[in-house]
Amino acid sequence: MDFDLNEQQEMLKRAARSFLNKECPKALVREMVHDGRGCPPELWRKMAELGWLGLIFPEEYGGLGGSFLDLTVLLEEMGRGCLPSTFFSTVVLGGLFILKAGSNEQKKDLLTQVAQGKIILTLALTEPSASYDAASVGVEATSDNDDYIINGTKLFTPDAHIADYMICITRTKKETVPEEGITAFLVDGRNPSINRTVLKTIAGDKLCEVIFNGVRVPKESIIGGLHQAWPPLENTLQQATLAKCAEMVGGAQQVLEMSAAYTKERIVFGRPLGSFPVIQHYIANMMMDVDGIRFLTYEAAWKLSEGLPCTMEIHMAKAWASDAYRRVTALGQQIFGGVGFIEDHDMPLYFRRAKAAELTLGDANFHREQVARLI
Amino acid sequence: MDFKVDVPEPVDTDTEEGGMFRQEVRDFLDKELTPEVVQARELQRDRPYDISPLAREFYRRLAAKGWLAPKAPHWPKEYGGVERSDEEQRILFEEFAARGIAGGSEYGGIQGPVIMRHGSEEMKREYLPKIARGEISFSLGYTEPNAGTDLASLEMRAVRDGDDYIINGQKVYSSFAHYATHHWLAARTDPHAPKHRGISLFIVDLASPGITIRPLRTMGGDRTNEVFYDNVRVPISNRVGEENQGWAYIREALGVERIVMGGVPVVGGRSILDDLIDYAKMTEHGGRPLAEDPYVRQNLAQLVIESNIRRLFNYRTGWLMSKGVIPEVEAAIAKVWGNELDQRIGHIGTQIMGLYGQLESDSKWVPLDGRVEHRYLFTVHLSYGGGSHELMRSLIATRGMGLPREPR
Repeated sequence: MDFDLNEQQEMLKRAARSFLNKECPKALVREMVHDGRGCPPELWRKMAELGWLGLIFPEEYGGLGGSFLDLTVLLEEMGRGCLPSTFFSTVVLGGLFILKAGSNEQKKDLLTQVAQGKIILTLALTEPSASYDAASVGVEATSDNDDYIINGTKLFTPDAHIADYMICITRTKKETVPEEGITAFLVDGRNPSINRTVLKTIAGDKLCEVIFNGVRVPKESIIGGLHQAWPPLENTLQQATLAKCAEMVGGAQQVLEMSAAYTKERIVFGRPLGSFPVIQHYIANMMMDVDGIRFLTYEAAWKLSEGLPCTMEIHMAKAWASDAYRRVTALGQQIFGGVGFIEDHDMPLYFRRAKAAELTLGDANFHREQVARLI
Repeated sequence: MDFKVDVPEPVDTDTEEGGMFRQEVRDFLDKELTPEVVQARELQRDRPYDISPLAREFYRRLAAKGWLAPKAPHWPKEYGGVERSDEEQRILFEEFAARGIAGGSEYGGIQGPVIMRHGSEEMKREYLPKIARGEISFSLGYTEPNAGTDLASLEMRAVRDGDDYIINGQKVYSSFAHYATHHWLAARTDPHAPKHRGISLFIVDLASPGITIRPLRTMGGDRTNEVFYDNVRVPISNRVGEENQGWAYIREALGVERIVMGGVPVVGGRSILDDLIDYAKMTEHGGRPLAEDPYVRQNLAQLVIESNIRRLFNYRTGWLMSKGVIPEVEAAIAKVWGNELDQRIGHIGTQIMGLYGQLESDSKWVPLDGRVEHRYLFTVHLSYGGGSHELMRSLIATRGMGLPREPR
């Protein structure tokens, strides 16, 4: 049992932190909320050069062959820095799915391009029914000779507005158990039959409504086999859920540190805010919340990296993180008072992102129910 | 980073000697943790202050192997200690954690480390071997009617008389005093110094003349004690460390105690929560299994998650201790977390049981031997016993994140 990172992970962590401190100041984060793209191309290029985009892909696909634990370390720093980027949609949602489900040619073609920063991907899964289960996949792909025609609406799809490719999850067979009629298609993001609208969200991330109006795709664009997308998709969602927790560790840690620092400087009633026991208790509660998110996430990430079963651990991590990160931001707001309520302050960045993260990929109630099934 | 504790064999990271030691530990535990001992320890888990002879014997045998306090730093052979490598220390910790061995702190798990660091040579040679062999046990003599959370206000008085001290006063909530062999006693030796600087720490033979022990029943039916000292004579050689330096030693002892208190109340790997989960699956209310009720599902899942966090907090404390540190902040976190979780388990457990949640252990129809109802009552004192959680949270924030202390 060892709670330390190894040397390489320590280096990655330090390098990521100093890179993001320099290249991704909070002013840029706020600017990207209003920016049409939402991700600066220059930043994306630099991340590619650092090898981040291929961190967990095998070397044969231009990646660095890193582990999920390495990715967790990187994602924590990204969450800490509120990095506005297409990393999550491209590398985690898109990349991990292709890694799991793609043919050798697909992996070689697409993952290499991802690693080089040449393409942006996303996964179009959720629909107006707002659920992640197989039964909620209603967008249909009907066969027409050697092609398929996709019709329907996807909702809350991240970065669909600039994605070079969307992996669209469709129903191709209905008279069956829901999990057995799902097919994934690689769809050109610029297809004129796709209608995309960016939604306005609390975190300023570019979630989209994506309407497929008779979008025609060749059968070669199937990833993972006809009717067979659900198992690799489920696996991808598990990993993506844990990846989201990793971001949450970083955000929560930063809120804790910011708040503690403030309590040492801010003078009230003639003495530092932090000298009042009530405030000390808030900080202690935040520390326990953050440690809980951190340990649950890292244990799950370690197990995943070791090839050990960790479904339960991932559900526990997301259930906990969903509530705990939110609590930490609420206490942070309480500690900062009025100054933290002004949009220009850093606190709103985290407060908003904590809520978005809570609701994404299954909230606390959803994951607690999964834990209940497993116990 | 490495979370390998519960992973079943093979445990690849053991050296050859380590592997043999691990097997030795497993063989011993397989032999000693008979169903009777497990049941005795179950009772002890639920009623820590009423310890059964069988459970006591188990701890004595553990102590005889030198394995009693695996989380405490080990001490040298000349003091009766069993010298262990860091790897053996870790293996003991892992195997104990996997079997849920906690408790036994009254066998010197708290006192041993303090004596080792601060006791005179004579005291070390006298007491450490006996602690190591499980021959003596301790009750804590700290709290008084007017000194609980503000322990430094204690009034019990120890006055020098030749080669002895004469001690007068009263302790309260001195648990285990009715069967322990010794009292770990805090008394004032200099009433004119500022209160923290006039306290000394003593080891007192509880069979000494002048000591009266009176039982107190706590809510939940467990026994603790008032202990009265009427001109009790204690040799100078029983004073731990320097006169008037006791407060520093007590703080260390409290730190070690918190590590124990945050520990998982499991026996043989099963906790009361595991039993509650089984109960929910097997019991129907209103014609439906409790385990299908959404409220029950959400709450039990949450308790499982929080128990998992407790496990990881305890591993962290143990990991830091194996590096030779007494991790004050991390121990406080583990204590606060673990004890408040215990309270939640008692509350939610009784709630899940509905009307049955109010039955006491000797009642007809009582579920799970009344252990959950008892736990609900018993756990009330955990958020002020062993360090009030208000103080603990302030300690965590000030020593953990550097917040300024409240001016006194």
